[in-house]
Amino acid sequence: MWTDPAILEWIFILVKIIVIFGLVLSIVPYTVLAERRICAWIQDRVGPNRVGFQGLLQPIADALKLMLKEDMLSNHVHKVVFTLAPALVFMPSLMVLAVIPWGSAIGPMTCVLSDMNAGMLFALAVASFSVYGIALAGWASNSKYPFLGGMRSAAQMISYEVCLGLSLVPLFMQTGSLNLSAIVEYQTQHGWLMLYHPVACFIFITSLFAECNRTPFDLPEAEQELVSGYNIEYSSLKFGLFFLGEYANMLVASALVTTLFLGGWSLPFAPFNAPATVIWVGLAHVGIFVAKVCAMLFLFIWVRWTVPRFRYDQLMALGWKVFFPLALVNIVVVAVIMACRANL
Amino acid sequence: MIVERPKLTIWDRLYMPQILKGMWITLKHIPMKRFTRQYPEETPPLPKRYRGVPTLVRDPEQRVKCVACQLCEFVCPPRAITVIPGFRAETGPDAKVEKEPSDFIIDMARCIYCGLCEEACPEEAIFLKKDYAMASYTREQMKLHKEKLLELGGIHEDRICKWKKK
Repeated sequence: MWTDPAILEWIFILVKIIVIFGLVLSIVPYTVLAERRICAWIQDRVGPNRVGFQGLLQPIADALKLMLKEDMLSNHVHKVVFTLAPALVFMPSLMVLAVIPWGSAIGPMTCVLSDMNAGMLFALAVASFSVYGIALAGWASNSKYPFLGGMRSAAQMISYEVCLGLSLVPLFMQTGSLNLSAIVEYQTQHGWLMLYHPVACFIFITSLFAECNRTPFDLPEAEQELVSGYNIEYSSLKFGLFFLGEYANMLVASALVTTLFLGGWSLPFAPFNAPATVIWVGLAHVGIFVAKVCAMLFLFIWVRWTVPRFRYDQLMALGWKVFFPLALVNIVVVAVIMACRANL
Repeated sequence: MIVERPKLTIWDRLYMPQILKGMWITLKHIPMKRFTRQYPEETPPLPKRYRGVPTLVRDPEQRVKCVACQLCEFVCPPRAITVIPGFRAETGPDAKVEKEPSDFIIDMARCIYCGLCEEACPEEAIFLKKDYAMASYTREQMKLHKEKLLELGGIHEDRICKWKKK
């Protein structure tokens, strides 16, 4: 009965769901800890190091604190939307993870939950859903600062969504596929796409900073001017969900960059540059993927504690006047080069 | 004063080189020395004349030096000190000594650590020690009574033993 392919398929899907949830829900709180520790180190401080060895239990303490807080619901908020918004921020990131290949294969199990042909389109479409959560949170809070935060978030995300999509077009032209597994396999044979498309990589990563509301583009939150932006009116677990959502978004963004530009689960030498046939190579692939994602997360944190926030008009100017044309020119240049190489 | 805006070259206006430079600076700071003091384990070095908690002291022969003259109570700017005078034992080492406080209360919630009590004391019976972490959970606990003050103060080793020669 266990060897029946149909049942095996279901078991694999269950295992993958558990693995993805486990990975995300364990990495995300530790990203918060990493953020606090690294920020402290950059500022010559120590950071939270008291709860558990070197502060390793700090995320648990934080989560407990958030859960035990009073769940405030002001009279003036739009209650249904207000309650819905945090979930809307958190869900898309988990959904995007369904199409990301986090390894090649462990035994007979492929390491991607849904090997969709239009995987990247799905990822882009779903990822932009999280802006709804933020905009709705700002709107439903029915007060000034959250509203401003929500508006900024909507405007910012629309501008950067365009660059995000356009910057990836050259990749699709080169690999000829929207399937993320296929893109990773292309990279195992031809080398990392970052080396072919540095401009696209730069635009994509920068737009992702804007997508994830990370400094230097964290205008929706902007502690100093909007106090905390869209999540001012939130407390307790609802705030926790926003917090978690922000870091889960960051995790997904890192996973996307890893998959698209950094060769996904592969390393450019044997036996890591081909889909695994043995179990330990498969596990190593998962490890490599997680390591690359962590490196990207470090980049996110590092940039946040280096670069000051952009002014709002600078942000818009950068999006529409620099990245948008740059991405278009990049597409044309790559197209011309590809045409030349095909014909000559 | 008019500050001239610096003329930015193309290199500066590209913005990226400067960001990379900044990122290199922040990266360099990661392994650097930390300036945090791990407080309860590492206490700060206190200056020599640091004024901490006011305490009562005993002389080398275990007598309470305070004679309940109440000068400290009068001089105390925030009125943190309350002295309740009492009498000493008729026999033993205390026999020739004047009065003694039956209770001596310093309200640490009011004390401003000015040290005027120490200056005013004619018997050199009250001293400000270096302890500073005197927090409590209730206002009542913040009131230090005679036993506690004597315990904090300990014995003051002075050469002039006034009551020995009387």
